[in-house]
Amino acid sequence: MQFGIFSVSDITTDPTTGRTPTEGERIQDLVKIALKAEEVGLDVFATGEHHNPPFFASSPTTFLGYIAAQTTTLQLSTATTLITTNDPVKIAEDYAMLQHLAGGRVDLMMGRGNTGPVYPWFGQDIRNGIALAVENYHLLRRLWREDVVDWEGKFRTPLQGFTSTPRPLDGVPPFVWHGSIRSPEIAEQAAYYGDGFFHNNIFWTMDHTARMVDLYRRRYEHYGHGRADQAIVGLGGQVFMAKNSQDAVKQFRPYFDVAPVYGHGPSLEEFTRATPLTVGSPQQVIERTLGFADAVGDYQRQMFLMDHAGLPVEVVLEQIEMLGSEVVPVLRKEFESRRPADVPSDPPTHASLIEAGDEHANAAMGPRSRVEAGSN
Amino acid sequence: MARKLVVISAGLSVPSSTRMLADRISGGVQREVTARGEGLDVEVVELRGLAREIADHLVSGMPPSALRHALSAVSSADAVVAVTPVFTASYSGLFKSFIDLLDPDALTGKPVLVAATAGTPRHSLVLDHALRPLFTYLRAVVVPTGVFAATEDFGSNGGRDGEDGLDRRIARAASELGALLVSTSGSVPGFTAPAVDEVGKVDRISEDSLTPFEQLLGNQLR
Repeated sequence: MQFGIFSVSDITTDPTTGRTPTEGERIQDLVKIALKAEEVGLDVFATGEHHNPPFFASSPTTFLGYIAAQTTTLQLSTATTLITTNDPVKIAEDYAMLQHLAGGRVDLMMGRGNTGPVYPWFGQDIRNGIALAVENYHLLRRLWREDVVDWEGKFRTPLQGFTSTPRPLDGVPPFVWHGSIRSPEIAEQAAYYGDGFFHNNIFWTMDHTARMVDLYRRRYEHYGHGRADQAIVGLGGQVFMAKNSQDAVKQFRPYFDVAPVYGHGPSLEEFTRATPLTVGSPQQVIERTLGFADAVGDYQRQMFLMDHAGLPVEVVLEQIEMLGSEVVPVLRKEFESRRPADVPSDPPTHASLIEAGDEHANAAMGPRSRVEAGSN
Repeated sequence: MARKLVVISAGLSVPSSTRMLADRISGGVQREVTARGEGLDVEVVELRGLAREIADHLVSGMPPSALRHALSAVSSADAVVAVTPVFTASYSGLFKSFIDLLDPDALTGKPVLVAATAGTPRHSLVLDHALRPLFTYLRAVVVPTGVFAATEDFGSNGGRDGEDGLDRRIARAASELGALLVSTSGSVPGFTAPAVDEVGKVDRISEDSLTPFEQLLGNQLR
């Protein structure tokens, strides 16, 4: 199973000091956070993509390329790549280049963005959100799998005899996840292609997340990629830890109470009861996270949001240290002990995709035979 | 089977003239439905007690359980009586915030009686310039008579005087709502988001409601 860190890449004032980091500071801090993830034995780092203040991560491949050069094992991913407003041709090119430079340590998570105004900045219209995600992703998939593409669609100019370069490393396109909070169409899209499904899970109740994952799993089986319990699932979560739980609550409350995404509504206690946010001891984080598998089934990737609510980078780095040394080793062991042998532990990686060759869903353009699925 | 009436009351003081008006209207509706040989269950949703949960839901997107119960009561009602005090020339902010949290289809086709209270009769058009368009937008069937009660309507004789006294207006509105209640069922169950503490009690997402992906792909499939 893979464990990692994902960042929303926001610039938020530290409410305890009133100090707001500069863009430059936050960019360098996020580099430290990504490198720390590898140092403490985590598997994945994923950056968001936003094109408006207070966020700074508008150029994910530049950032991930810089991280790739300074790491050796860390899987680099996104949370999320805007499949709606980015030109699929540019995504195909940029991420294939990153894949070469990172030696295959790259996957992507597709998303539609969280704000309407981003669409016109890139010449699109939010009312076409789902249709853009469907058309653009299908083209992206072809650009990585077919050397010469003739294509015509609704949202961009046609392509004639177009070859996206560089070609994917070893002829194997990066594995793709689809992130969606509440759109069944996106769960359906992930299932259709046999791609991964990621639920960010962080501002939602567990039963909502479970419903979305359940739909994806059933449709994954329907499209012949394997049994429902073998589908590739990732979840988000966010935590704040201290040796004993009272200290964690005491330290985190001033951040929680005024944070743009948490504050001025439900209390810390109500929020932690309703959502996966866990503020407490490492043992509490372990128990809570293990409970996710009861809700969504055995899954393959758990990402943690750590640089939230304006916490200073020193605290975030300490938190990641604790996560890597005290929490994740136990989670690895416990998640594996409950997992059936024929349910994959890891999501597909570059190495496993090379080994699987054309047998893997990632090599194909769509569903496999449904008869095959029925006979399982 | 008894019909279900949900009364939304947005008064803030205790006792509240808004709640008093709400009770007089629901009593009137009860009489109308009983007179037509049907039973009526009345549930009152007092927004004052839900004020914090309404604010929490607005900022977090998740309904706490008492609020969730109230929202689903409105969704599953056969008819609704909505009563608000007039604040600054319109319905109160708390009232509007509650309505904002209803599922957009919660009131579709549902009979609704609108009513309001204020210190002065000069606000009486609030029924027609604020409440009626709000519920029309939500595709509710708003009965022709709305009930407006100013302080003077609660005078020594309780508004029982004359052709256009409060009792007459309540009776006319209740009769219109009662007739609709008995002839139709406006119940639309299941339109409310699950409460934060009802984990595992929620139905699965039906595959029948999905658009098959090939259809979404359209001409992209060669």
